[in-house]
Amino acid sequence: MRELTDGSTAIVRGALDAGCDFFAGYPITPASPILMMMMRELPRRGGMAIQGEDEIASIGMCIGATMSGARAMTATSGPGISLYSENIGLAIMGEVPLVIVDVQRMGPATGGATTTGQGDVQFVRWGTGGGYPIIALAPSSVPECYTLTMDAFDLAERFRCPVFLMTDKELNLTATTVEVDGWRAVPVRERPARAAGGDAPLPPYRYDPPADVPPLAHYGAGEVVRFTGSTHDERAFITKDRATVERLNRHLAAKIDDHGDEIERVTLDRQPGATTLWIAYGSTAGAMRAAAAAARATGRAVSTLTVQSLWPVPERAIREALAGIERVVVAELNHGQYRREVERVAAGRVAVSGLHRIDGELIAPEQFLEAAA
Amino acid sequence: MSAGPTTITPLATYRNESPYPFCPGCGHTVILNHLNEAFRLLDRDPREIVLVSDIGCAGLSDQYFATSAFHGLHGRSVTYACGIKLARPELDVLVVMGDGGTGIGGTHLINAARRNIGITVLVFNNLNFGMTGGQHSTTTPAGAVTSTTTAGNLERPLDVAATAAVNGAGYVYRGTSFDKDLPARIAEAVRAPGFAILDIWELCTAYYVRGNQFSRQALFATLDELGFATGVVRHEEVADYGAAYRAANPPRPDSPSLPPKGLEPRFAAALARRFELVVAGSAGQKVRTAVRLASEAAILSGLAASQRDDYPVTVQTGHSLSAQILSPEPIEYTGVETPDALLVLSTDGLKKVGRHLAAMGEDGRVFAVPELGELPTRAPVTPIDLSRAPGKLNRSLAALAAVLGALGLLPKEALEEAARLGPEEYRAGNLAAIAAGWSLASGL
Repeated sequence: MRELTDGSTAIVRGALDAGCDFFAGYPITPASPILMMMMRELPRRGGMAIQGEDEIASIGMCIGATMSGARAMTATSGPGISLYSENIGLAIMGEVPLVIVDVQRMGPATGGATTTGQGDVQFVRWGTGGGYPIIALAPSSVPECYTLTMDAFDLAERFRCPVFLMTDKELNLTATTVEVDGWRAVPVRERPARAAGGDAPLPPYRYDPPADVPPLAHYGAGEVVRFTGSTHDERAFITKDRATVERLNRHLAAKIDDHGDEIERVTLDRQPGATTLWIAYGSTAGAMRAAAAAARATGRAVSTLTVQSLWPVPERAIREALAGIERVVVAELNHGQYRREVERVAAGRVAVSGLHRIDGELIAPEQFLEAAA
Repeated sequence: MSAGPTTITPLATYRNESPYPFCPGCGHTVILNHLNEAFRLLDRDPREIVLVSDIGCAGLSDQYFATSAFHGLHGRSVTYACGIKLARPELDVLVVMGDGGTGIGGTHLINAARRNIGITVLVFNNLNFGMTGGQHSTTTPAGAVTSTTTAGNLERPLDVAATAAVNGAGYVYRGTSFDKDLPARIAEAVRAPGFAILDIWELCTAYYVRGNQFSRQALFATLDELGFATGVVRHEEVADYGAAYRAANPPRPDSPSLPPKGLEPRFAAALARRFELVVAGSAGQKVRTAVRLASEAAILSGLAASQRDDYPVTVQTGHSLSAQILSPEPIEYTGVETPDALLVLSTDGLKKVGRHLAAMGEDGRVFAVPELGELPTRAPVTPIDLSRAPGKLNRSLAALAAVLGALGLLPKEALEEAARLGPEEYRAGNLAAIAAGWSLASGL
C-alpha cells in the first residue's frame, strides 16, 4: 500500500506518535499546514493547540506548557525563527525540552514565502545570545520527516533543550509517494520521575558532572518548582557566584558537546573506489542521491553523505566519510553555510567546494553531475 | 535572616526567609506583603501556585516566595503564564510585572485579556523604569521628568485597566500600594475564572519621586487628573479560556488522526522512465485536484508520483500550476526543470511557463487550449479543444485525461478508480470528465 503525502503531514504524525500534547504557532507560509493540522488533531487526543497572537507568544506558551509537564512543539519559517530568538535562549538557559520546526523559505526578511531555501542553517545554531549549543535535525525525505520528528522529541527530553527540525518548503509542501508501512517509529523516552525531596525542595537543576542532565521538574507534580532564565544556581535562584556561574555555563555546553555520538545521524553511501564525496541535507539530499544513481549508472563512482543531524556537527562521521576522498562537494540552497563546517572538519586535507542555488529552485541532479565532471 | 516585623509560623506565610531587596519606601515591598496576605486568604498549597515574574525590580519578586516560580524574559511573562495555565488549569498562575512590561508585552496583555486565559496579572506600576535608571515607560504621565524625558514627557500614559476591560477581561482593578483592601482584591482576582489584572500604582523612591517631587498625594491627584477609574473596574462572570477550549473540543480517542489514504497498485502502467508533466491553468479550474487524481491513479498503476503545486498568495485569482512527476522508481528529486510534457489551460497558466516552453525541445510535447494561439516553443504543440463539451465538465481533468491517454502514461481504469476513491460529491463529474477526455486522446 502506498499513499501520496507530504512532509507537513509526516511531521504532524510524528509529533502525535511522540506524545506531543501542546502546540502553539502563528500562521506563516510554508509552515501553516502544520499549525492547521495540529489545531485539528491535538484536541481530539486530549491535547491543546493554540494560535498565538504572534511567534513570540507562541513559543512562550510552549515553554510555559512544558513547565506544566506538556510535550510541546511549535512550527514556523525563517521570519518566525527571528522572533523566536530570545525564547530560544530562554529554553537553553532554563533547560526546557521543546521541538521547533523550521520550514525554511528564501530569505532574508519576508523573502520568498513560497520558494524553498536552506538559509537558516547557521542562524538556528547562533540565533540567540550567548553562543550555546542547540540540536538540529534535518530530514531528507517525507518518511524521514516522521522519524526525525520523533527523534527530535526524544533528544529534547534526553538533553532538556530546544531541538530544531530543519525542513524546507519543498519537503513540506510537495506531495510524494511513500509506502504506508514505511513509516519508521522510534522510541521516545518517558520523562523520568524525580526522587522525592522530602522536606527540602529537590533542586530543579544539577551541574555536576557537567554533561549529566537531571530529570525535568515541572509544576503541579507535588513539589515546589522554580525556573529562571537568569544565571542561576541549582535551586534556580539568581547568582553571581563565579564558581556557580562557571559550572552552569560549562554544563549547558557539555551536556550537548559531550554527547555528539548520541545525536549523530548521517547516511553514508560509500562507493568502492570513489574519490569524490557529495554532502547534502534536506531536500537537496534527494537530488544528490538521484544524481549519484545516475552517475553510477554511467560507471562513475561517487560517494554521498546525507547529514540528518546538522547540529552539533557530526564531525566523527564526516571524518570517516572523508577517508580516501580527494574532493568534496557540499550542496545547499544558500551561499555555503554548511560548507564552512565541512571545511573546518576537513582542515585542509581534502579540497572542499560548494554547489549552491539561491533562485528558489532545487539543485538539480544535473548540477551535481556537472560539479563532479 | 528575618521574615519581617511580624512573628508568623512557617505555615502562615508564602514568603521564604530572604529579606526583600527593594529601596526604602519602594511600593514593591508593600504590594508583595499584600500578595502574601492574599495567598493566606486563598489558603492554597504553595506547590500549586506559580508566580511568574517579568523583568525589572518587580521581576525579582519570585525569589522571595516559597511558591513555584517562573522568571523569564522581559514582556513575555504573560505568554509563559498562559502556557502554564492552559496545560495545567488547576494551578493558580500569577504574573508580577512592572509598567515596562505593559509596553514591551502589551500585545500579550491584550490578547490574554481578550481570550480570558485564567491568569492573574499584577502590574507594579511605579510610572518609570526603576532598575535601569528611571527612564520613562508606557505609563509615565505626560509632563513627567525622567532620565529620558528631561524636558517633560510628551506621551499620553497607557490606561492599563481600561485597555484590559474594553477587551473583555473578566476582572479588572486599579488601585495603589496604599489600598488596605489589596489582599482581598488580589484574592478576588485569583478566584475569578477568566483573565484578571490589577493595575497597582506606587512610588519609585529612587527615581520618579525624586524627579517629580512625587508623593502619595500627587499619585492620587494624577489618577484624578487623568480621569483613570479606580477600584473594581470590571468584574464579569466569564469562562476561563482553557475550560472553554476543553468544553468545545472533547477528546475523540476512537477517531484516528490523519489516517493514510492507502492505495494498492492493481493496474499496470507502461511507463519505463521518469516523466515530468506540468499543468498550467487558472485559479478555480481545479488544476490541483485534477493532478492529484492523476497522481493517485499513477500510484494505483504501480508508479511513484509527486506533485508540487504553485499558486499566488491571493488564492482565488491568477495562475494555478501543478508539476507532476511519474516514475517507475522512487522519486528522490521533486524538481522539474524541463518537463517532458506541458498542458496549458489558460492565459494565467501560460504566463507562468515561459521558461518551460523555452527550454523544451522537439522531443517535448505541449498541449494547449486553442484560444491561446501560437506558443513560443520548439516543442510540437497539440490543441485540445473542449469548447463543445458540456458547460459543467471539469475541463482540467478532461484535458489531463486526454494528455495521459495520448501519451500512454496511465491506464484509463486507474483514473476511473482514483475518481471512485475520491469524494462522492465529485465522483460522477470526475468520471464524466475522464470519459470525455479519453475519447479525445486517440486524436491527439
